[in-house]
Amino acid sequence: MAEIASEEPQKGGKKQPKKLPAHVDMTPMVDLMCILITFFMLTTAFNKPKIMEIVLPEKIRKNENIEPPKIAKSRTLNIILGPDDKVFWYPGIADDPDNPPPLRETDFSADGIRQVLLERNRALFRKVSQFNEDVISGKIDIPRDSVQNAITQLKREDDTGPIVLIKAYKKAKYGNFVDIIDEMSICDIARYTFVDLSWLEEEIVENTINARAGAQSNQN
Amino acid sequence: MPKIKLPAKSPRIDMTPMVDLFSVLLIFFVLTATVRPQEAAPVDVPFSVSEKHVPDANIMTVILSKDNRVYFNVDNGPDTILQYRQHILNEMGVRYGIEFTPQELRKFADINCSFGVPIQEMKNFLKARNMREREPYETGIPIDSTDNQLAMWILCTRQVNPAVQACIKGDADTEFPIVREVLDILQDKNVNRFNLITSLEVIEVTEEKNE
Repeated sequence: MAEIASEEPQKGGKKQPKKLPAHVDMTPMVDLMCILITFFMLTTAFNKPKIMEIVLPEKIRKNENIEPPKIAKSRTLNIILGPDDKVFWYPGIADDPDNPPPLRETDFSADGIRQVLLERNRALFRKVSQFNEDVISGKIDIPRDSVQNAITQLKREDDTGPIVLIKAYKKAKYGNFVDIIDEMSICDIARYTFVDLSWLEEEIVENTINARAGAQSNQN
Repeated sequence: MPKIKLPAKSPRIDMTPMVDLFSVLLIFFVLTATVRPQEAAPVDVPFSVSEKHVPDANIMTVILSKDNRVYFNVDNGPDTILQYRQHILNEMGVRYGIEFTPQELRKFADINCSFGVPIQEMKNFLKARNMREREPYETGIPIDSTDNQLAMWILCTRQVNPAVQACIKGDADTEFPIVREVLDILQDKNVNRFNLITSLEVIEVTEEKNE
């Protein structure tokens, strides 16, 4: 690349200037670059954090006289986030203190609450995954931007899937809350919301936990 | 037989290709670099399957740390050209009867990190020169009903920038009651749409199993 053309032999007895080597020592430059690359690699945030959107129903203020919306008992599925990553669920409604609904216990694994939700939401889940498949295979030709809208429309039209009420016991963790909302989007649940635990439900949960703990200590 | 004499080679290696390669890498990293925002408290966010990115501007973030402290941040990192951070702090000062000097406002805008300081301690917090000096003041923003400064921060932020979106960044181990309280505070201020900050986890779900 950088070669110095050798000069013509000069006349006379003049001394030739000493030839400098054409190579520049690159090592310090390499060192510097190594340091810079390391610096940028370490400070770069590769996986940018993601966001999960959640919309909660507007709060009903005490002085406003609005009845909360009524929902069908048969479609209601209550999920209660318990302590130690446990989930309790029961269908229907708990309004009779003498005859509380039996709580079922499960967890966040793939065979846990997800199967419960998928089982109840099968019709809609099929519709959405069929739609996604058709889009990928090209059977349905719509622009990419409107895929999400179309899925939202499918969810809105659905009237068989469960209405999930998510409730949290006081010892639940924030991670559980995110997990359960995540499950909602995995299972394509159309209608879910987050509500407070009623006193009766709290009692049932406490009783269930105590009963479990009692059974365990008896075993030991 | 005469031995074959190998020509003496110079021990030097030509570094030019290496330099070329490093330049390419360096340029790549410089161009793709988005600086990781500093956090006052380490937070392990939970995982989700959501693939939406966090917006770069027009967000306010409520950060819940593992020890149940509440931190707050406006936009990601340094102040934008509209200087929301300065205006928000000024507004907060007016509400709590604390007057902030222009230097302090500018300092606040330059701190590109979340903060968890009661407003009464804000002046001392701004005097501190680095993160270690700031730490003793980071006791979390008070959220109890008698002195609800988080609600005031949210109110001021929305007043200064009406397009702001609420984000919640919580540690997976944060206890739920505090999350509920923060959600309540946001809902009291008529914020009903939240963005929960999570990191990506890919899950494949098929229906085959239960058929």
